[in-house]
Amino acid sequence: MAPLLQIEDLHTEIRLRSATVQALAGVSLTVEAGECLGIVGESGSGKTMTALSIMQLLPPGGHITGGRVLLDGQAISTLDDNAMRNVRGNEIGMIFQDPLTSLNPTMTIGDQIAETVRLHRGAGRQDALARAVEVLSLVGMPRPAERVRAYPHQLSGGMRQRVMIAMALACEPRLVIADEPTTALDVTIQKQILELLDDLRKRLGMAVILVTHDLGVIAGRADRAAVMYAGRVMEETSTLRLFGNPRHPYTEALFQALPGKSAVDSGRLYNIPGQPPDLTRPPAGCKFAARCRYAQDACRTDEPPLEGDADHPYRCFFPVGRATDPAEPASAQVIAAEVAERAAAEADGQPLLQIEHLVKNFPVTAGAVLQRRVGAVSAVADVSFSIRPGRTFGLVGESGCGKTTVGRLIVGLERASGGSILLDGEDLARVKRSDRKRRGSKVQLMFQDSYASMDPRMRVGPILREPLAIQRVGGRRQQQAKINAMLDEVGLPRAAVERYPHEFSGGQRQRLGLARALILSPKLLVADEPVSALDVSIQAQILNLMQDLQRDLGLSYLFISHDLSVVQYMADTIGVMYLGKLVEVGPADDVYYRPVHPYTKGLIDAIPVPDPQLERATRQKGVAGELPSNIHPPSGCRFRTRCPFAQDLCAEQEPPLRPFTAAGHLAACHFPLRQPEPEALSDAAPEPPQPA
Amino acid sequence: MSIPNVPPEPPDPSLPAEGLISGAADVAAAVPAPEDLAIAAGMLPATKPRSAFVRGMEVFFENKLAVAGGVIIVVMVLFCSLGPLFYHGNTTVVNFGNQTLPPGAGHPLGTDSNGNDILARLMTSGQISLEVGIAAAILATVIGVLWGSIAGYFGGIIDAVMMRIVDAVLSIPVLFLALVIVAIVTPSEPILILVIAMTSWLTTSRLVRGEALSLRVREYVQAMRVMGGGSARAVLRHIAPNAIGTIVVNLSFQVADAIGLVVALSYLGLGIRPPEEDWGAMLSNGITYVADGYWWLIVPAGVCIVIVITAFIWIGEGLRDAVEVRLQRR
Repeated sequence: MAPLLQIEDLHTEIRLRSATVQALAGVSLTVEAGECLGIVGESGSGKTMTALSIMQLLPPGGHITGGRVLLDGQAISTLDDNAMRNVRGNEIGMIFQDPLTSLNPTMTIGDQIAETVRLHRGAGRQDALARAVEVLSLVGMPRPAERVRAYPHQLSGGMRQRVMIAMALACEPRLVIADEPTTALDVTIQKQILELLDDLRKRLGMAVILVTHDLGVIAGRADRAAVMYAGRVMEETSTLRLFGNPRHPYTEALFQALPGKSAVDSGRLYNIPGQPPDLTRPPAGCKFAARCRYAQDACRTDEPPLEGDADHPYRCFFPVGRATDPAEPASAQVIAAEVAERAAAEADGQPLLQIEHLVKNFPVTAGAVLQRRVGAVSAVADVSFSIRPGRTFGLVGESGCGKTTVGRLIVGLERASGGSILLDGEDLARVKRSDRKRRGSKVQLMFQDSYASMDPRMRVGPILREPLAIQRVGGRRQQQAKINAMLDEVGLPRAAVERYPHEFSGGQRQRLGLARALILSPKLLVADEPVSALDVSIQAQILNLMQDLQRDLGLSYLFISHDLSVVQYMADTIGVMYLGKLVEVGPADDVYYRPVHPYTKGLIDAIPVPDPQLERATRQKGVAGELPSNIHPPSGCRFRTRCPFAQDLCAEQEPPLRPFTAAGHLAACHFPLRQPEPEALSDAAPEPPQPA
Repeated sequence: MSIPNVPPEPPDPSLPAEGLISGAADVAAAVPAPEDLAIAAGMLPATKPRSAFVRGMEVFFENKLAVAGGVIIVVMVLFCSLGPLFYHGNTTVVNFGNQTLPPGAGHPLGTDSNGNDILARLMTSGQISLEVGIAAAILATVIGVLWGSIAGYFGGIIDAVMMRIVDAVLSIPVLFLALVIVAIVTPSEPILILVIAMTSWLTTSRLVRGEALSLRVREYVQAMRVMGGGSARAVLRHIAPNAIGTIVVNLSFQVADAIGLVVALSYLGLGIRPPEEDWGAMLSNGITYVADGYWWLIVPAGVCIVIVITAFIWIGEGLRDAVEVRLQRR
């Protein structure tokens, strides 16, 4: 039987103003009916271009220059726009990354789903709406008959993505292409959506192409996976095989660059040096050769074909051998011993930063001219923790949990509504506005998006000099020397000072952001999602750099991220926030491997892990439901609305943070996953929280 | 396959690159990986760094229409200012003997109802139209930028009050407002500039306010605040330079609008008083004879108005691309 979808030697180009990008160069893939094919790759690898080429929805200037796409043996890459419209939505459904921009804000979701049905099936208005209700209930939308009349902005991100899936499914396509369907969502919601997709695929017998940058996402979902790089398929095989025995050095390097459950949990991540090639002028030979540690002369002159095993083709002359056994996750005993050791080492010394009962409420106002205060968003509610010199405190949680606000309060971009922020004994919460200058030399902030945080009209030199100029540090020559030293430190050439920020790649800009934040020699660096926008290989470079700098300069980090596996890799202590509250805090490995709070456990289970076995084992776990509003947070324990163990007590009484181990592992839960160790109870019972 | 499938060299565990993964990485990892620096050095684009202004100009000159617009304006300004030095025609003396002559020898574009040479009048009238239009647009932009940036930067109640004033004035049709003012004061060239500026700064102020509002909360302004910088630095170093592009673009559209407005006022007989005249007044005079087929009374002035306004719009479009940093990257 012919496969459902067959892509043969597809070439796609995009013409720009002054150059042509060879987005795809000879991509061949097949998808069987009912199968899930995962396509992974970093940004610019051509994974999205493959999806768009199949649908013939290429951006302006883009067109297919060679090869063909067969659907059920019929070539669809040569169809004209009219005929293609019949295929799109009807035969092949597509789910886009950002459901907010892909939905029309002026139409109800019911009408938008019905539109597809009416276009392709010629159904009447009533029939189409009835079908919309039907597919909405299929994708797990609560109260679908009411929700068909809702507008996109009235739904949460996860619900909007369900609507997108419903639209893609409305005409019962045989193939659904999901392009980064969960990248814009929180891990807990991502888990729900991926499970839904998987479930629907099995129930409706459709095939799915799952396009993603996240190896963890395909690990548990895809039957087969293709790894793309520079517009080519580098390796393709069954998911289990790919993860068990990657043959291409690129795939191998990707796994090693990833902080996660299966990675070694001490030591460094593997640095894939450099960055992907410029596809307007692709290099000769293997496109990965420049970054490959096994590359030989042949790799730089001849491009290897996609060969090898029939079930496992790869594009490499010198494939990496059989994989070694995956690293065993360290056992609980070992960790407990390590933790105790570390705690002993930390017992002495004053904390650098001490936060006590920190509160931040944002007023909610109504009315355009006379703004009445109608309520308050409780962004941070009574959070206490401390950071010791030279240590890293990791703060994790879903978006909206208040972790970013904590960071902004510390650097002084917001004023606290209550509580204190003691840095070296000085209360930053009470510092006057005019004294803010002094704070700048002690605490600095590193942004998620370094491009947005740099003035696009300034060169790198003035950008790096600005903090020195504001703080009046040294003369011009000393400033220049300092800038040069800092550029060396972060691994950028000194010539960078002549450049504008947009001339750098994402990873280089993050290095610049780091250089600017550190140029005043602060004691504490607040890093707000510093690697979330980066590809895996670049992420590893930045994380390693941050660790080197910490060791060399004795820095302390407050590392804020939604990604628990990155935080676990970086941090000595982890704090988990939920809806403005710190629900669990403790030594990183202890929190990660032996969580106490049900929310922490759910968060850990929701993280996609690049290990098919582990990933399949955590199915149906994770956290149910969505984050409630923090204008009216739930009474008692704020997590109770989503907690599987919640009882009446949780609604009535707010659980205090209480110690669970002697090493300072605290959690706020009435019904914890494990009971406090006896020694924790004996020596730290009535004390106020003294974490980390 | 031409290359024999040689097994790869077994990775030596003592090499730093491999040591990083194996976990026994303590010493090797302590120094920044050397290949890291080497690659970083090679990563910069090979081209020589150019200033934002140069890159902007490149984008501008790639836009054929914008260049055409620029050429047209230069030619028009030369035509109106230097033209009278080379071409002498009767522009002031009433000569009924030469009334409404068709284009021909001695009068390349014919004569008007007063017997004045149309080509010569086109030049002197053009001076007034361009002067008033450009001066009024600059004045309007200055007022609008000040008003809008104050409202946008300070926000809150100041913003609310200032913008409600703008809304109120904006609710009166521009032409009506201009007519009322001109009916009260006798229009001379400076008065006309003032009147047009007073009625057209409103849209600029709204635009600049929006720009200031969005620039004020940009992350690079926040980053500067974290470093300890204050409001003065925010405005002078970050907000103003980033808003200037938008303002310049808007200025060129303002000129087009202002020329249109001055033409409209003169056409209605409320512009410059005779014997001085602008293109609008020429149109107004010519329209009386439209039934007689004297097309040369209308067409030259009309064409001049259309191409000058169009040229300014083209320049504006080109500038808009040029100040857009994202487009410069292509």
